[in-house]
Amino acid sequence: MMNTIRAAYVIGRRDFTAIIFSKAFLFFLIGPLFPLLVGGAAGALGGEVAKDIARPVVGIAMNAEDGAALLKAREVMADELGERRFPEMKMLPPSQDDAEALLKNTKNGLAAVFEGSLDKPLLVGTESAVESWKGEMALLAAYAKNGEALKLGPIDTQTVQQSAGNKKQQQLLTGQAAQVLVFMLTMLLAGMVMSNMVEEKSNKIIEVIAAAVPMDSVFIGKLFAMLAMAFIGIIVWAGVGFGLVMLAGSALPSLPVPAVGWPMFIGLSIIYFAMAYLVLGSLFIGIGAQAATVREVQTLSMPITMVQLINFFFAMYTVTKINTPVETFAAIFPFSSPFAMVARAAQDATLWHHAVAIIGQGLFALLIIRIGVWLFRRNVMKSGSGGRVKESGRRKLFGLVPMGRN
Amino acid sequence: MHAIEARGLVKIFDGFRAVDGVDLNVPEGSIYGILGPNGAGKTTTLRMLLGIIDPDEGTRTLLGSDRPLTQSKLVGYLPEERGLYQSMRAVDTIAFMGALRGLPLKEGRDRGRELLEQAGLGEAADRQIRQLSKGMAQTVQLMGTIVHQPKLIVLDEPFSGLDALNQAKLERLIRAQADKGVTVIFSTHVIAHAERLCERIAIIAKGKVSFDGLVSEARDRLRPQVRLETETLDGPWRAALPPECTPQGHWWHFTLPETGVEPLLKALVEGKAGVRSLSIERPGLHDAFVAIAGEDAAAMMDEPAPGDLP
Repeated sequence: MMNTIRAAYVIGRRDFTAIIFSKAFLFFLIGPLFPLLVGGAAGALGGEVAKDIARPVVGIAMNAEDGAALLKAREVMADELGERRFPEMKMLPPSQDDAEALLKNTKNGLAAVFEGSLDKPLLVGTESAVESWKGEMALLAAYAKNGEALKLGPIDTQTVQQSAGNKKQQQLLTGQAAQVLVFMLTMLLAGMVMSNMVEEKSNKIIEVIAAAVPMDSVFIGKLFAMLAMAFIGIIVWAGVGFGLVMLAGSALPSLPVPAVGWPMFIGLSIIYFAMAYLVLGSLFIGIGAQAATVREVQTLSMPITMVQLINFFFAMYTVTKINTPVETFAAIFPFSSPFAMVARAAQDATLWHHAVAIIGQGLFALLIIRIGVWLFRRNVMKSGSGGRVKESGRRKLFGLVPMGRN
Repeated sequence: MHAIEARGLVKIFDGFRAVDGVDLNVPEGSIYGILGPNGAGKTTTLRMLLGIIDPDEGTRTLLGSDRPLTQSKLVGYLPEERGLYQSMRAVDTIAFMGALRGLPLKEGRDRGRELLEQAGLGEAADRQIRQLSKGMAQTVQLMGTIVHQPKLIVLDEPFSGLDALNQAKLERLIRAQADKGVTVIFSTHVIAHAERLCERIAIIAKGKVSFDGLVSEARDRLRPQVRLETETLDGPWRAALPPECTPQGHWWHFTLPETGVEPLLKALVEGKAGVRSLSIERPGLHDAFVAIAGEDAAAMMDEPAPGDLP
C-alpha cells in the first residue's frame, strides 16, 4: 500500500509539474471565460432576435365602434399588464371574405381573426392560436364592453428581504448552479486526464512506468495531479471572483444561504467536485489506457460523455424532488451522486447523508480504477514491435470492441 | 541461485499462444541472452518475468519473489519501444526513472549527472530530451535504467537502432555491470551480440524454448568443421575422410569424424596426403542456432541492421 502511494506521488508530482508549466494550464485557467463569453453573447443575441421576431397579429373583423373600443382596451391593459402579454391587433377593412379566407390570405399575415360583436365575439384561428389568445381576447372584449367599470385600482406594495417560499426557490437555484459548475469543471478535467494518459502511451514511456510501479499508482497519480491542478485553478478563479464581488459591492444581488450554511456548502461543493472528477476521471483514464490513438479515445469518449450528460440531467431533474425515491436513487447512483448531493446540500441541512455519499463515491472510484488496471494488464502490451499478435488481426478494445489496426 | 526462474509460462492473446510453456533459469551474476526471431515471444516473456503482464499459465520468480513488482527497486528495465518525456531535461529524466524505483529525486539527479559525464554527455544534462539526438536520448534512457544501481538489468533488444559506436559502448556497459555482480538479461535477434556477451542463452522460437544453457553447450551440439588442403587428391588417406566428401580444387571441407582428430592426422601423414593446410574450427553460435531452432527460425532472424556490429 505504501509503495502504491509512494509511486502515485512520483507519477503525480511529475504530471503536476509538467502541467503547471505548460501552455495548456494557461488555457485551463482562462477556460471558464469562454462559456461565460459565449453564453453572454448568445443571450444578448437571443434577446435581439426575440425582439425582431414578428409577433402574432389578430385581425379585428367587427364594426368600427367595437373595433376602436377593442384597440383602446388593448392599449390600457398593455400598460397595466405588459405589452408582450397581448397579441398585436389591427382593424381589418370591410370585406366579403369570411374569417377562414382572411386567415389563408398571406398578405394579411394574421394568426387569428376576432369577429362578431363585443356582445358575442368569435375568435377564429388554429387550435394553438385559439388556446393562446382566447383568455386575453376575452379580457379585452370585457374591458372594451364595460370600460371604466373594469378599471384596475391601485394597490400599495411593501418589499421584504426573504420569504420561506422564495428562499426555498433560491436555494434550489443555488443547488442547480453548483451542479452545473461541478459538472462543467468535471468534464473539462476528465477529458484532460484521458488525453494525458494517451500521450503517455503514445510517447511509449508507459512500459517503463508499468515495469516499475503498480498500474494502480499510475492511475491514482495522474488523477490526483490533475485534481491538484484543478484546485490551483479554483483558487485563482475564486480570487478573481472575490475581487469582482468586492468591486461590484452592493450592485450584486444577495444570495440565499444554503441549507447547510455557506462554509459547509462551499466545502461540500469542492468535495463533490473532487468525487465527481475521481469517478468520471477514473473511467476516462481507464479508457485512455486501453486506447492506442487519439481517434480511439474520441470514438469512445463521445458516448460516455453523452451517458454522463444524461446522468447530469437526471440529477438536475431530481433537484426539486428532495427526499423522494427518485432523488434518493440519484444520490446513490455513483455517476449522478455528486451532482444530486451538491443540490441536496443547498436545500437540506442533514449532514450524515454527505458522509455516506462521499465514502460511497470514493469506493466506487477505486473500483473503477481496479477495473481499468485489470483491463490494461489484460489487453494492453500484447507484443513487441515484431509481434505476430499485431499481425493476427484487429486489436480489440477491452478485448471486445474491434478497433483500428495496430 | 537464480535471479529468474520460470516454469511453463503461457500467454495467449486472442487465441494465439504468443508464449507456449517457457521454462527459464537465469543464474545470478550472469549475462543471459534470449535469442529468437521477431515475433518469437521474447518481449512477452520478458514482460511476464517483470510482472508488467500476468501469465495465463505457469509460474515465475524474480529475485526470489513470485510478485515481480515487489522487487522493482532491484530491477532496471529498458523496453524495446523506447520512450521519454520530450520536454523533460535529461538529468530529470534519469532522476524520474530512478524515483520510480525508489531512489530519492535529489540523489537521482546527482547520480544522473555523474552517469552522463561518464557517458560523455555531461553537457547534455540540462537539455530537454527533444533537443537530443536519438542516440543520446537512448543513452539517457539506459542511464535511467541503471541509476538506482539494480541487481538485475533486463534489456529488450537493446542494440536495435544504435550505431556501431554506441553498440560497442553498450557492450562495454553490460560487461561492466556484470563485473560488479549484476545479472544482465537481454533479448536480441542478432546472434553476434549474444555470442560476444553471453555465458548462457535461451533460444526461443514460436513461443517455445528450444535451448537453455551455456553458449559452449549450444556450440558443442555440432561437430567441429575441418578445412584441409592437400598436394595429392587420392591415396589410402581418403578412407579417413567422410565418403561423400569431394575436393574443391585441392581443398576439402568436412565435419570432423566422431573418431576425432588423431586418427585423421595419422591417416593423412601415413597416406602421404601432402598436407599444405589444416584447420579445425568450432562451429559458431549461428550454426548452433540453425541446428537447434531449425532453418525456418534462422531464416526469420533479421539481418543485422545497418550499423549493427558484425
